[in-house]
Amino acid sequence: MKIVVCIKQVPDTKGGVKFNPDGTLDRGAMLTIMNPDDKAGLEAALRLKDQYGAEVTVVTMGLPKAEEVLREAMAMGADKGVLVTDRVLGGADTWATSTTLAGAIRNLEYDLIITGRQAIDGDTAQVGPQISEHLDIPVISYAQDIKIEGDSVVVERQYEDRYHVVKAKMPCLITALSELNEPRYMTPGGIFDAYKQEITVWGRADLKDVDDANLGLKGSPTKIAKASDKVRKGAGEKVTLDPDESVSYIVDKLKVKHVI
Amino acid sequence: MNLEEYKGVYVFAQQVDNEISSIAFELLGKAKDLAKDLSTDVTAVLIGSGVKDLADQLAEYGADKVIVVDDPELKDYRTEPYAHALSSVINQYKPEIMLVGATAIGRDLGPRVSARVATGLTADCTVLEIGDFPLQAVPGQEQLHNQLLMTRPAFGGNTIATIACPYNRPQMATVRAGVMQKIAPIKGAKAVVEEFNPGFTPDNKYVEILDIVKSVAETVDIMDAKILVSGGRGVGSPENFKILEDLAEVLGGTVSCSRAVVDSGWKPKDLQVGQTGKTVRPNVYFAIGISGAIQHVAGMEESDIIVAINKDADAPIFDVADYGVVGDLNKIVPKLTEALKAEIAASK
Repeated sequence: MKIVVCIKQVPDTKGGVKFNPDGTLDRGAMLTIMNPDDKAGLEAALRLKDQYGAEVTVVTMGLPKAEEVLREAMAMGADKGVLVTDRVLGGADTWATSTTLAGAIRNLEYDLIITGRQAIDGDTAQVGPQISEHLDIPVISYAQDIKIEGDSVVVERQYEDRYHVVKAKMPCLITALSELNEPRYMTPGGIFDAYKQEITVWGRADLKDVDDANLGLKGSPTKIAKASDKVRKGAGEKVTLDPDESVSYIVDKLKVKHVI
Repeated sequence: MNLEEYKGVYVFAQQVDNEISSIAFELLGKAKDLAKDLSTDVTAVLIGSGVKDLADQLAEYGADKVIVVDDPELKDYRTEPYAHALSSVINQYKPEIMLVGATAIGRDLGPRVSARVATGLTADCTVLEIGDFPLQAVPGQEQLHNQLLMTRPAFGGNTIATIACPYNRPQMATVRAGVMQKIAPIKGAKAVVEEFNPGFTPDNKYVEILDIVKSVAETVDIMDAKILVSGGRGVGSPENFKILEDLAEVLGGTVSCSRAVVDSGWKPKDLQVGQTGKTVRPNVYFAIGISGAIQHVAGMEESDIIVAINKDADAPIFDVADYGVVGDLNKIVPKLTEALKAEIAASK
């Protein structure tokens, strides 16, 4: 079985969020990580590899620096890494990103494609389903469990108040939730091997069956009209009192606000 | 693509088990505003099996017209037949705006449909308005009017972007649940109902549903609660949520929680507030033993009044709290419950 996993290098918004004094985001002070949902997708692929035997190829699109997440994935156990990077691909929205990744994946053999549900920087959850549409294969989003049955996958697909057990013939694309599993750590041997391996680097010319009109900033149907770091509402009061005084304080405030 | 051909504001009227989801009514409320600004009308697209009878409800909440795609293949949500239905409606009727709820269904259907009809899609919008693109005229670039301007948070709620889709139609957005306002239903309102069936031929993309497992129904949806008593990891144990439940009961509120609590298996996911949970806007939000990670704050910062109780004086929750109390929740919360009980009894 051949599995392609799409991963993204993102700024770490968990815990490591840093603000400037004016309340805006200090991006320079933030570290980058492998997007958590993608890491869960990779872990799911590696478990399928452990269980059924599979070749796992990780693909990322980004700046040359994004090679770091491919190395990390390979140190966890992925077999091959593909970096799609080219100036003309920059500034892409989800349409142009999914067009690009589909163009790269067309060069690869796959039974299963796994993406994370969403990235913690954009939070759109759109790229996975859009790739599946470009490749004309079924998609199962929000996977909380993945099993293989012959030439099909059986997936628990999460909704707000239920889940569906869904069966699809491969090839198929699945988007993974970070709740899916606890990703494994890199092993020292894995890290060592990962840095010895070649990473395939593809540019615009290597993408299959894509039109320039659908790539990069120019090929993105959505355009940013305005972007700003959110200035949060300021902190209110903060008091440190003994428990009885704390209770009186809260009760008084709720009275003033006519809650009680 | 002749953009002029595309007219009208359309809403995907999500239904589950032949019951219209609240998000559909919220979208109709917003669509009515947008349609007014554009001097056009509002169309709901109702997709399912045996759903035609639901059209009147959509009319009561503001739909001028309802397009019904009714087919046995559409009984339970599956990406392909629903994507085929909605994209066929778009190709046939050519809406200028297509709104979809940012639900577990809409966030799957939206991207698949937008890719099929080759247009842009803006995810998880919290503000929609009609305006110009670019916002300010730029020499050498035509300023387009009557564009849908879609505002959304990104970066875990740390940045806000306003996005347009000036050269493709329809302008598509998924919209976060609980943000747009429904109108007060107009009893007896009727819409023009039109049935449309593009034909459904199962292929490899029609996945098979083997089983549907519903989680135990919660009595109150935390998104509808006026008072939320929300607990985090600091509560310490699932048993200790009892003190939060007692407080909630006195105030007629509901208990919710942070992601850490769900991840620890203390509470089910439908009680989770935050980026990967629900966005809530109660009148009062008690954050008890919640540190206030940015992902949590993104889901509750629009609450009218935020009361935080946390023993860590540096917890980021105090940056958004109106009233912050540094202290031991185990000592404060039970006393608070008793005090409120006495106050409420005295005021009766």
